[in-house]
Amino acid sequence: MKGAFEAVKISEHTYWVGAIDWGLRNFHGYTTNRGSTYNAYLIEAEDYILIDTVKAPFYQEFISRISSVTDVRNIRYVISNHSEMDHSGSLPATLMAANPEKVFASEMGVKTLSKHFRLDREVNAVGDNETLEIGGVYLSFLETRMLHWPDSMMTYLVQDKLLFSQDGFGMHLASAERFADEITESILLEEGSKYFANILLPYAALVEKALDRVSSLGVPIDILAPDHGPIWRKDIGKILGLYAQWASQKPTPKAVIAYDTMWGSTKLMAEVIAEGIERGGCSVVVHPLSVSDRSEVMKDSLDAGALIVGTPTINNEMFPTVADFLTYAKGLRPKNKIGAAFGSYGWSGEGAKVASEILSGMKVELISEPIIANYVPDLRTIEKCRELGALVAERLKGVQ
Amino acid sequence: MKKYVCGMCGYVYDPEEGDPDGGIEPGTAFEDLPDTWVCPVCGASKDEFSPE
Repeated sequence: MKGAFEAVKISEHTYWVGAIDWGLRNFHGYTTNRGSTYNAYLIEAEDYILIDTVKAPFYQEFISRISSVTDVRNIRYVISNHSEMDHSGSLPATLMAANPEKVFASEMGVKTLSKHFRLDREVNAVGDNETLEIGGVYLSFLETRMLHWPDSMMTYLVQDKLLFSQDGFGMHLASAERFADEITESILLEEGSKYFANILLPYAALVEKALDRVSSLGVPIDILAPDHGPIWRKDIGKILGLYAQWASQKPTPKAVIAYDTMWGSTKLMAEVIAEGIERGGCSVVVHPLSVSDRSEVMKDSLDAGALIVGTPTINNEMFPTVADFLTYAKGLRPKNKIGAAFGSYGWSGEGAKVASEILSGMKVELISEPIIANYVPDLRTIEKCRELGALVAERLKGVQ
Repeated sequence: MKKYVCGMCGYVYDPEEGDPDGGIEPGTAFEDLPDTWVCPVCGASKDEFSPE
């Protein structure tokens, strides 16, 4: 039975049977300017084995792709690498339609799936480093707890030297092409680093451990097949190297200034600081939070050595967009940054001080007391902003 | 007895409660947990924990 969509063969035994979400612009608060894909894979050997599913509204597209290869009822085994609903959302419907003999997930995945769905069947736990011989192929499992959920694991198809890497090495990018080598490199770099900065950053230390582990296992990887975005089949070392680089959070001579403003005073301060940094010989990106999304700021912050935050004081508090950004940034636990806070106020003036305390709590090394301006910055305050910019640049040049 | 926080997921080990699902009796100090004990939420090992 053929439907609207077809599967794409990606290796000797494997088809991509996922879905393309061209219209996605917001993934739980992360702006996805280029949409996304939910990748699922069908292994065709003596039996059919399904790796993950897709977000629930995309079930028909996914089933249509499976049906271009075989009747869905021929799927004998299902493996859930990750319980998050963009990959498990179609699991209940798929299990109803396919009625597979067995479903596998990590030990934590068994628990997590049971908290999402009332599945009327047992899910079997597979252990870390366990290898199953099923359906005529060998599948090895690699637990990657907290990369980025407790249940996360990767599955390695021995015959095809193919690693189903779940959310690792993925990105939110809708594309007609299925392989990374068919896509402009700068787009891969931008969306790949944005994904890392917004999803994997808090667990960067675990990424380093996982990379070490994969290399110590010494298993050859010809194809990296993630659950979002394009599949890597050429130059795998390059994306592994980028992950190692991002995970190290080594600072570069670049600063990010994130601010909001009410009557232009904090904006003026932000722009003077930025000019000071640029004059000092470092690069700087300015994000007005009224128009810049939190996930964009985090993307630009990934390799930045400095994070400078500006907020006016409104009713004794930080400006709400700045509080939003700082809450988000704090949870992502960026490392190895210097920083400072600044902002204008009318009376009281807590805003910049609170922002400064939050930065300190995030273990950002504060290089200056908060710079505050009463109403409109006077020349002395403008000079302080310029000096802060120069100090940021001086400190950042040291990291080169 | 001190509470300990998991550096990976934020789970707090409270010695008064123990970790009954993980076979740890209430009243067990963090220091007395076996080295094989892992965070019941995310699976992190004992050395990922720090005092609250």
